[in-house]
Amino acid sequence: MSLLHIEGLNLSIHDTPILKGVSLSVDAGQIVGVIGESGSGKSMTAFAALQLLPNGAQCSGRIDLGGREVLTLNEAHLCQMRGRDVGMVFQEPMTALNPIQSIGDQVAETIMIHDSVSKREALERAADALRRAELPQDKFPLSRYPHELSGGQRQRVVIAMAIALRPKLLIADEPTTALDVTTQAQILQLLRRLVDEEGMGLLLISHDLAVVSDMADQIVIMRQGEVVESGPAQWLLRNMQHPYSKALLEASTHQPDRAPEDQEEVLLEVRDVVRDYTIHRKGWWGGTDTFRAVKGVSFQLRKGESLGLVGESGCGKSTLTRAILGLENVQDGEIRAFGQRVGRDFPNALRAGIQVVFQDPYSSFNPRWKVAQLVAEPFHLMTQRPADWRARVASVLDDVGIGGDAMDRYIHEFSGGQRQRIAIARALILRPDIVILDEAVSALDVSIRAQILDLLAELQEGYGLSYLFISHDLSVVRSITDRVMVMKAGEIVEQGQTDQVFDAPQHDYTKQLIAAVPVLPAEVTQGGNDERTEPVV
Amino acid sequence: MLRYFLKRLLSLGLSLIVASAVIFLALEVVPGDPAAYMLGINAQEDTLAALREELGLNGSVWGRYVSWVGGMLTGDFGTSYTYRTPVAEMIGERLWISLPLALYALTLSTVIAFPAGIWAASKRGSAVDVSVMGVTQLGVAIPNFWFAMLMVLVFAINLRWFSAGGFVGWDAGFFAALKSLTLPTVALALPQASILARVMRSSLLDTLSEDFIRTARAKGLSKRQALWRHALRNALIPVLTIIGLQFSFLLAGAIIIENVFFLPGLGRLVFQSISARDLIVVESVVMLLVLAVIVVNFAVDMAYAVVDPRLRGRR
Amino acid sequence: MNGGNRNLWIGAVLTALFAGAALVSFLWVPYDVASLDIANKIKGPSASHPLGTDHFGRDILSMIMVGARTSIAVALVAVGIGMGIGVPLGLAAAARKGSLLDELIMRGNDLVFAFPSLLIAIMITAVFGASALNAIIAIGIFNIPVFARLTRSGALSLWTRDYVMAARVSGKGAARISFEHILPNVMNLLIVQGTIQFSLGILAEAGLSYVGLGAQPPIPSWGRMLADSQTMISFAPHMALFPGLAILLTVLGLNLMGDGLRDLFDPKLRRARR
Repeated sequence: MSLLHIEGLNLSIHDTPILKGVSLSVDAGQIVGVIGESGSGKSMTAFAALQLLPNGAQCSGRIDLGGREVLTLNEAHLCQMRGRDVGMVFQEPMTALNPIQSIGDQVAETIMIHDSVSKREALERAADALRRAELPQDKFPLSRYPHELSGGQRQRVVIAMAIALRPKLLIADEPTTALDVTTQAQILQLLRRLVDEEGMGLLLISHDLAVVSDMADQIVIMRQGEVVESGPAQWLLRNMQHPYSKALLEASTHQPDRAPEDQEEVLLEVRDVVRDYTIHRKGWWGGTDTFRAVKGVSFQLRKGESLGLVGESGCGKSTLTRAILGLENVQDGEIRAFGQRVGRDFPNALRAGIQVVFQDPYSSFNPRWKVAQLVAEPFHLMTQRPADWRARVASVLDDVGIGGDAMDRYIHEFSGGQRQRIAIARALILRPDIVILDEAVSALDVSIRAQILDLLAELQEGYGLSYLFISHDLSVVRSITDRVMVMKAGEIVEQGQTDQVFDAPQHDYTKQLIAAVPVLPAEVTQGGNDERTEPVV
Repeated sequence: MLRYFLKRLLSLGLSLIVASAVIFLALEVVPGDPAAYMLGINAQEDTLAALREELGLNGSVWGRYVSWVGGMLTGDFGTSYTYRTPVAEMIGERLWISLPLALYALTLSTVIAFPAGIWAASKRGSAVDVSVMGVTQLGVAIPNFWFAMLMVLVFAINLRWFSAGGFVGWDAGFFAALKSLTLPTVALALPQASILARVMRSSLLDTLSEDFIRTARAKGLSKRQALWRHALRNALIPVLTIIGLQFSFLLAGAIIIENVFFLPGLGRLVFQSISARDLIVVESVVMLLVLAVIVVNFAVDMAYAVVDPRLRGRR
Repeated sequence: MNGGNRNLWIGAVLTALFAGAALVSFLWVPYDVASLDIANKIKGPSASHPLGTDHFGRDILSMIMVGARTSIAVALVAVGIGMGIGVPLGLAAAARKGSLLDELIMRGNDLVFAFPSLLIAIMITAVFGASALNAIIAIGIFNIPVFARLTRSGALSLWTRDYVMAARVSGKGAARISFEHILPNVMNLLIVQGTIQFSLGILAEAGLSYVGLGAQPPIPSWGRMLADSQTMISFAPHMALFPGLAILLTVLGLNLMGDGLRDLFDPKLRRARR
């Protein structure tokens, strides 16, 4: 008998349909991966199973959980079910825990809610659950508070809370999306181990096809509230029928067409750069601490090439970016661009040659400005805004695939993918030589990401650009760069030709990173590369 | 925790010093010649000189400041020019009316506001919530001294449950004294409680929409349990800030409301002193009131540390 | 019309009522408030005096209309002072977060917060005498840290946005960024707070006039009307009722407007996101 059996689930919130006829099931010891992009309803399906839906939600259909029909249970029975028969792990570990309660108390609470045991016994069992989640007491005492833990550690606490009572079913909603690649690999491994050891069923929700293909026995693909296709994982990956599934697969493995034109001219030279931060210790007598964010980094960017910078959070890549953009001065070493030294006093005329595209399309633009004004902002670097500036804005918007009627609209009228195109337009308006792409596609859905990567490849050829492509996502970096650098704790531990570094990594950290990246099986990535993705902006 | 306490204590000390400097500058330096100010334009030169001597105005600004502060630390607040009595005596008895009034009102308003705000937040959108919001909407708009006047009209003059004014004194017994302070306290507390209830409600609603509440529900806690065990304590943090801020308003309100009830508190003293141009008294009263506000804020800071473990221990 | 809009409309109407009365009073009042009419003193509401007369025979309706001028003017200018000084301070503090300037501004805020406007008024009037101007200054000074703190915290959350970094990459300095990017996006917060401080200013002015520290006779003010009515409240309750109601309704109107504005600004911003 299935642990979870959903059949014909319909969900609407305030009369807006969210889910239509969703069906899936999870058996004991089985991992079912639900794949979907934003708006697919995948998270809502999970919330529906626990009946943790927002106000105004109406469900119909069948949700069978451990033999009980969830939609007919009253709130008291649902409370009994949650935590005991099914545990849930959420996406954002940084905010998932009560900040003013110790981790021991929070895990113990799960136990005390359902079993009437003494506090002492609950704490013992909590310690056991934390240990199963790989947080042993000797390193992580029960009295620790969440703010003393990293993202990965907090997620383990959440997992401990979810498995404390050994539920039959675990639901994980994008559990690793907010985590670093290496941490992600560890958490996924932990989940896999728990499933094997305890015979749990796992419903794993993700937007990352590679993650799911690594882990899942069954795959369910969702789009706009409906299940588009489902089946055994390895079989489905090779035998997709539905056009959306195929498009998704293609986008996940997409390699933009590039004809790298590597020239000799060095545009940007970074030599032994050191960047320190002073942290003012709080208090009247506290002095200052110095934190060395960048510890002697050297590299060159040549004209026409695409150079990748890979690293996990905290490695110093953002700091390095700000130094290259001349927003901050370096404490030692030198950055030279176009033959001149880069720093806070870098001349505006030359700043025009290095532009940037940011990660978050939703915070890249002043919500009160119209698109034309936003794209034209870099003109501030010129002594005078050219008379034909509107024509130039229209032209560059055209190049990025946004129609000219966008100029007088506000940014909130555009989707994430469109906003990134506008961001690229803003970066290109001054016809720079170097564009820094700071996690520019990381926040986008997979199909949109493929389109933007294509666009970037096209533009590189058309405008003669050199890219510094910063990302934590190795598969994306692999598909768009000629050379790559790996950064860890303020240092570049390895650099070289992309294919070489990925196929034959030298440094231990690089090896660790590459091993941690989930990949789709080779035969799957080979086929279907010629299909163009349909525009799904 | 100790470090936090000491830091806050140091901050308190510094605030007091700066506040005292501001008061001193405002009341002794700005008027130019305080003696001339106090005696008026028609004063004779020798009377002026005598007064200056008596008030110690002939020293340097710095010297006078230091002796003023030094005096206060030893309990000597100078001598009132108009009444010729030590200011400390005059303030002493009156302080024991104004301060208890403010504290009584703070307690009452908290006791009313918290349950009201919590109830409204837990039953959001219901009739309870709407009525709480409606009543508090009126409560925050009502001038407390006018409310006091109306209460006197209804409860003292018409119903004769309370006396219309005056204070029986602490000698008459703790509860008798409290009774005579009740009408003023209620007048002060109800508008204050309205503000506090709204803040409590909105803070709680904000907290209830946070991720960790969802985690708590997923563990099996009911909505009520999630509210009481997780949301409430977190919601308290911004509310404490407001309480600290509100105390200064309460103290000011207490001063004003004494007028309605003819309470012989600091209010009457300071307003008469202003008319009489008795700067010494005004100086001391203002200093004491500021001291009270700063101390209460210090207590609030300590309360933060009790509620929020992120503030104590290692960062 | 949803709840927020309803608040906005009711509030706007109430506020306009009293603001309108104040403005009209410059052109016309039913009875001249400067002239006394002892024969008609302490009369209850009637056809000729809709709100009754006071102990000097003055028409209460007229006094309330003229008194509206004082309350509104004092509160409005005090908000102006608070915003005019507080907002730039807050913007500067946020632009230079962690610097000495920031520390000074924050400490300055905390210091002023220790002095409720009544105490500031006491200090000013002790030295300079009581007047409407001194009431404005006292209330205005207290408004400064309110706006400084609010602006600073709103601005800080915006400084981390990518569009600020984009502006820096376009060569813009902190002052220009504060003006072009930060200020327009904290405007909503400031407007809502402005209406709240306006209503608090009316309450504060009433309190100050009540104890004699605000506008002095012959300028009518609602607070002093209440002070005058106190001894006669048992036999002439109308003298206390109407000025108090005027204060209550004006403050209520402003608060409702503030609530309505807050609702108006909020959901749109939320709905624009994914």
